[in-house]
Amino acid sequence: MGSAFSSGSGSPDAVVLELRGITKVFPGVRANDHVDLLVRRGEVHCLLGENGAGKSTLMNVLAGIYMPDEGSIRIDGREVSISCPRDAIDLGVGMVHQHSSLIPDFTVLENLMLGRGEGWRLSTGRAQDGLKRLTTTLGVAVDPGAETGQLSLGQQQQVEIIKALWQGSRILILDEPTSMLTPKGIEDLERVLRQLKQQGLAVIFITHKLREAFAIGDRVSVLRQGRLQGTIDRETMKAASATEMQRLVVELMFPGEAETLAHVAELSDLSELGGGGRAATAGEPLLELHEVVVAGQRGEIGIVEAISLTIHAGEVLGVAGVDGNGQRPLAEAIVGQRPLAGGDVRLAGTSLRRLGIGARQRRGLRYVTDDRLGEGIVGSMSVALNLVSKRIGTAPFWVHGRTRPEVIAAHAEELVREYSVATPSIHTPAGSLSGGNIQKVIVARELSLDPKVVVFNKPTYGLDVKTTAAVRARIRGLVDGGAAGALLISTDLEELLALSDRVAVLSRGRLMGIVRNGPGAEQEIGALMIGGEHGE
Amino acid sequence: MDSIFTADFFAAVLSGAILAGMPLLLAALGETISEQAGLLDIGLEGTMLLGAYAGFVVTNWTGSYWVGFLAAIAAGIAVSLLMVVFCVRMGRDQIVVGIAILLSMEGLTSLLHAAQFGQSYPRLDAVPAVPIPGLSEIPVVGPSLFTQPLIVYIGVALVFVVAGLLSRTNLGLDIRAAGRTPVALDNAGVDVMKIRTVAALCTGALAGLGGGYLAIVTAGIFVPFMTGGLGFIAIVIAMLGRGRPVWVLIGSLLFGVALSVATALQLAGINVPTDVVQMLPFVTVIVALALFARQSYLPAALAQPFVRGRR
Repeated sequence: MGSAFSSGSGSPDAVVLELRGITKVFPGVRANDHVDLLVRRGEVHCLLGENGAGKSTLMNVLAGIYMPDEGSIRIDGREVSISCPRDAIDLGVGMVHQHSSLIPDFTVLENLMLGRGEGWRLSTGRAQDGLKRLTTTLGVAVDPGAETGQLSLGQQQQVEIIKALWQGSRILILDEPTSMLTPKGIEDLERVLRQLKQQGLAVIFITHKLREAFAIGDRVSVLRQGRLQGTIDRETMKAASATEMQRLVVELMFPGEAETLAHVAELSDLSELGGGGRAATAGEPLLELHEVVVAGQRGEIGIVEAISLTIHAGEVLGVAGVDGNGQRPLAEAIVGQRPLAGGDVRLAGTSLRRLGIGARQRRGLRYVTDDRLGEGIVGSMSVALNLVSKRIGTAPFWVHGRTRPEVIAAHAEELVREYSVATPSIHTPAGSLSGGNIQKVIVARELSLDPKVVVFNKPTYGLDVKTTAAVRARIRGLVDGGAAGALLISTDLEELLALSDRVAVLSRGRLMGIVRNGPGAEQEIGALMIGGEHGE
Repeated sequence: MDSIFTADFFAAVLSGAILAGMPLLLAALGETISEQAGLLDIGLEGTMLLGAYAGFVVTNWTGSYWVGFLAAIAAGIAVSLLMVVFCVRMGRDQIVVGIAILLSMEGLTSLLHAAQFGQSYPRLDAVPAVPIPGLSEIPVVGPSLFTQPLIVYIGVALVFVVAGLLSRTNLGLDIRAAGRTPVALDNAGVDVMKIRTVAALCTGALAGLGGGYLAIVTAGIFVPFMTGGLGFIAIVIAMLGRGRPVWVLIGSLLFGVALSVATALQLAGINVPTDVVQMLPFVTVIVALALFARQSYLPAALAQPFVRGRR
């Protein structure tokens, strides 16, 4: 191991990694189609593309998770074959996966030692030394004895980076590393990346966010539908203005559609959105949370402590916070999927404490879950049945216990048309639809039949840009009439700023504060999120 | 009532607890290793049965119970190869495969026994006990606790071997990782299948030895279906032990006491129907589960097959 960063030979700009014609086909999907990629040492190379563009597949090929069907990989000019993660590690390729691959009930040290042991006995001392050296180099602080699951997501990521470096990685792949981080966590990550570049590492940074690619990358490669659309090199990036860059990339990501997509929140400038502000006139209070307490289930950290909130008619109340800070328990307690340990939830003045999920649903309290496949739909049942699955046994779809297929079908046809769900027919099993269309089915079901308050939990997570725009339009459309309200839980700050009237910040199950959307809201929210992370 | 709780009664209960608890201890230690690696070996009882049969036949044939124990271990490993092939390699459902193993081993051992011995049940010679000098002279408990066959001391030593393996070695770390987050282990460049295979084979060896002990030491005889639910009690003990072998030892002795009290009460001639007394071990299981099951801990990836890069 010797030095933490054995950076190989060659000039500072030497090409360390060369992918040629990488093709990977899954049943029905060409995830990578003859992709070429060059990565030099000492650079952060951003891989940009929508969800499903093939970024993660390409990197998983490099990390030995998938075998490519075609193409070759060269490292330091030598052709290599990577058939398992071990090969990748031995060749100096380290990957930090999108979802933490640390073991939550292992200590930091145990996680580091995994797969690094030599001989029979665990060598705790050596791991401790290695950890100390790397934390010093990167300028981060990590407690070696801490249980990893208790660390913040930002710290977990630092541990993963340290782990990759300790394995002797010279090419470090970060898969959507900022998706779970607070603004402070992202700052720390950027600092660590600068350190890594100086040490001569090559970093491949996967993201679907334009702003991030500009801010962090030295070069940007754009993938679309499994193909490499082009690479913007360092010189161009330096010379071009922000708007020019944006146009350049949008043209690569969505050829021919740049014009029509100009309005999509994710692609437009943040300051315009935040500054826009929303109608400050709030209607009647619709949903009131009074000191809501939710007890944690086993192994679940994110419990909810004494949260009071009010959602008014015509209002979107955003809930910001890093994933796992109590968002899901809060949402489930509101809609009745989880018992309240204390406090009360009132819908239009009536206490819901004693009402079950069905009763709340019929009163107009709806839930768009973030677990779409798990609890959102029954995959093997038809689209039509999924559209009424929360109304089983009730009129007009069921009368005296008898199903009325023609009423259900008519209802489904109408919703499929209205929400432009792309499905072969209403009898198609919902599970065979694409993720975006499944979400459309769920949104259609929850927004139909007179909704009063809809709880959206990460409603656009993992969706493509167009579906995202459609879902966001539905959320605003729901409340803009002034009759309904929405609670929008999201980990995407841009989304919250684009849609919410007010944003509540949740951290470790506590309400840190509520910010009215407008100029400066982003900074305020960021500050509240950091406050929560430090104030254990 | 007072009359039956004599020193003799306690001595009988204690020696009986070890006699009855040992097969549980060995099998539960094995199950602990599997569970930590993410394999739920429901077929444990079947493994014990084949171990018991092989141990008995080989001891009967060679006259050496040491060779019998080795045969029991080999039989256990052979059964666990089924787990390896179907569950670890092919990723089949562990519950289904486990039940299949249990049923087929019950059938196989009954068939082999009937074909070989018919209706006769030959007895093995008692395995000689080895007193530990000094300790065995303690009044009352000494002779019963510290005068045991050598294999008992080996079994207790195995508790600490397994404890050390799990907590102090690279293999132990890999095993625990395989049961919690196999993806992390795979990403760290360790072959998850290899680790789970090793774990399954260890389980087979220990459960086979436990079965062998049951036939050679506890009973001195082989009777079809002689394990009578011990394998399942061992699974419960392993779950309640939460991956800590010392707790597995304590749990096994507790159940051993329950099993031997049943025998001792009958010997003491207490006026309780035998059926009620024989329920005791199983009542103990139910009570233990009702009291402690909330604290039972199962590794996150238990009973989940691992396939790299599955989407």
